[in-house]
Amino acid sequence: MSTKIILSSDGIPLEQSLKKSERKNKIRALLLVAPLFLFILIIYVFPLGDMLFRSVDNRMITEMLPNTFSALEKWDAKELPSEEIYEAFYNDFYPLAKAKKSGKLFQRLNYEKSGFSSGLKKTNKLILDFKKENYKEQFMNTHEIWRSLDYWIAIKNTSPKWTYVKYLKGIDLTLDQQKKIVQVEDEKSIHVTLWLRTLKVAFWVTVSCFLLSYPIAYLLSTIPMKYSNLLMICVLLPFWTSLLVRTSSWMILLQQEGPINNLIVWLGLAADDNRPELMHNMIGTFITMSQILLPFMVLPLYSVMKTIPPSLMRAGKSLGGTPLISFVKIYFPLTIPGIGAGCLLVFILAIGYYITPALVGGASGSLISNMIAYHMKSSLDWAFAAALGTMLLVAVLTIYWIYHKLVGIDNIKLG
Amino acid sequence: MALPKYTPLHYRIWHYSYLTICGLVFLFLVAPLFVILPLSFNAEPFLHFSDKMLALDPEAFSLRWYKEMIFGTKNPWGLAAKNSFIIAIFATIGSTILGTLAAIGLSSRYMPYKAAFMALLISPMIVPLIISGTAIFFFMAKVGLAATHTGIVLSHIILGTPFVVITVTATLSGFDHSVTKAAASLGSNPVNTFMKITLPLIMPGVISGALFAFVTSFDEVVVVLFLAGLENTTIPIQMWVGLREQISPTILAVATCLIILSTLILVTAELLRRRSERLRGIKRN
Repeated sequence: MSTKIILSSDGIPLEQSLKKSERKNKIRALLLVAPLFLFILIIYVFPLGDMLFRSVDNRMITEMLPNTFSALEKWDAKELPSEEIYEAFYNDFYPLAKAKKSGKLFQRLNYEKSGFSSGLKKTNKLILDFKKENYKEQFMNTHEIWRSLDYWIAIKNTSPKWTYVKYLKGIDLTLDQQKKIVQVEDEKSIHVTLWLRTLKVAFWVTVSCFLLSYPIAYLLSTIPMKYSNLLMICVLLPFWTSLLVRTSSWMILLQQEGPINNLIVWLGLAADDNRPELMHNMIGTFITMSQILLPFMVLPLYSVMKTIPPSLMRAGKSLGGTPLISFVKIYFPLTIPGIGAGCLLVFILAIGYYITPALVGGASGSLISNMIAYHMKSSLDWAFAAALGTMLLVAVLTIYWIYHKLVGIDNIKLG
Repeated sequence: MALPKYTPLHYRIWHYSYLTICGLVFLFLVAPLFVILPLSFNAEPFLHFSDKMLALDPEAFSLRWYKEMIFGTKNPWGLAAKNSFIIAIFATIGSTILGTLAAIGLSSRYMPYKAAFMALLISPMIVPLIISGTAIFFFMAKVGLAATHTGIVLSHIILGTPFVVITVTATLSGFDHSVTKAAASLGSNPVNTFMKITLPLIMPGVISGALFAFVTSFDEVVVVLFLAGLENTTIPIQMWVGLREQISPTILAVATCLIILSTLILVTAELLRRRSERLRGIKRN
């Protein structure tokens, strides 16, 4: 090798010195990102992981009833359990009842099968006076749940430490006595409907946002600056205004005596005493979400259209294309990146919407987020809320990943 | 947008109907906000326009609900406003500092796995609030920060940083790195260079990011709904409660104030954006 090694001014080979400085720069960049990265890791990513964990964690109940579960292992679930199993249950439940620590168990088993709560409460009181023999008979005399095979099967089904049963429940499935996956009864199967409705609303909101924003984004990108700046404020003002303010204005507009209904009556489209319901149903959710999410479609479309030179359309026309053909063949394909970005953004935001459907949606216009909130705040079945949340999270992250691949995260633009 | 005289009739019709459609869409965007303003001055406790109001009778208008908002007995708005501002200000400071530093790191040529880091740092903006709220609630309850201002501020920092990262990265994309090299070659240390050269140049981006973070925190209701106790109530929470039970015109008075606030913020952000474009020498059109 006859190549001479180039040295920097202090005598170190240049290549080495360059590498060193690059490494230094790399470390500096990483150190700048580190505080936010760690912060998000601890307060955001870790809790999301914890939520996932919570949705499959079943150890609370297995720790409360260890003897029962080991006794139930051999039970074939064909007829009522034997005396030993009742005794095992007595051994687990008696200390809990005595220490008044059985409350969580009622709640937990009641999610599994309703009726447990009242049965266990009664048992909780009477178990303190049980004689230390003939457990089966004593239990069976306490409450009807101990005379029923179904309740014992429900207990047995909670035996694994880790369970995916909440996920099954999220799509209206459950485990039967032989641990086979089956459909739940019709009156209880509401979740699939809700998932489909959420997807449907998100889809139609995206479509309507696209149809509404394409013309105005085109207008904004072609008219002179002084007009477009003014009109841009019309897009940005709702964007900056509080979500609750916008929702409350729709609640006023859409109410029975509201301006929109007045207009409909005045135009003669409906009788005064037969005003259409515009709120507390899907129509309300759909209209309100379309307006609220519209700016998220206009902005990416506008920023793409802004870069398309108007001479292209003129060239198309001069080559003999009608305005329609030039639009379809030249302009529209160039705006596809903007359409993709806007549609994915609106769809992602729409699929997880909570506030607006809760206020204007009523029962028939509520979405999956409302179900999560219900289980978090009212039914307190947190594990199920966590499971639904995880399912929604997976859906959103999938679309986010597609967005990342197609558009690139760094292309998100805000105003 | 006057059309030339030789424009054929069918094109003329098409053009004006197109403008009409655009006008209607703009109306759809903005009109809902303007319904609130007159109704908040309603003299009566109803939420629809009375005949007197439509006839512009001065008697039909009053400041009754604004008085109610400020002086009303047992009214929650004072405490809510105080909490909202405290939380939003601290959250903004936190998001702006963390977000700006991260954006500078992410814009560096030497940053490894840039896209992956960016995707992670932006994710709180994409993940539905209900999920963030659920997860953060479990966490805060575990570490004993539920129903505290600290807990809410920390979660709002998370929600606000993506906006700061996005706006500052966008500002830095047009940044001329030779100026910092010039400063370094003249003997300035990195901190000094940052404070005297980089920061003033990216300031518009930083401030508009901070405004986004402020609005995000000030307007945020889902996470607070999970985290807040009675003492931590905020304006959005009070509005949420009011809207769920029964809309009273007091809420419209509050909403009007919020619209004015957002208009001010919008104007500031717009001016900053233009200034930033001027500073970076970007010309539109």
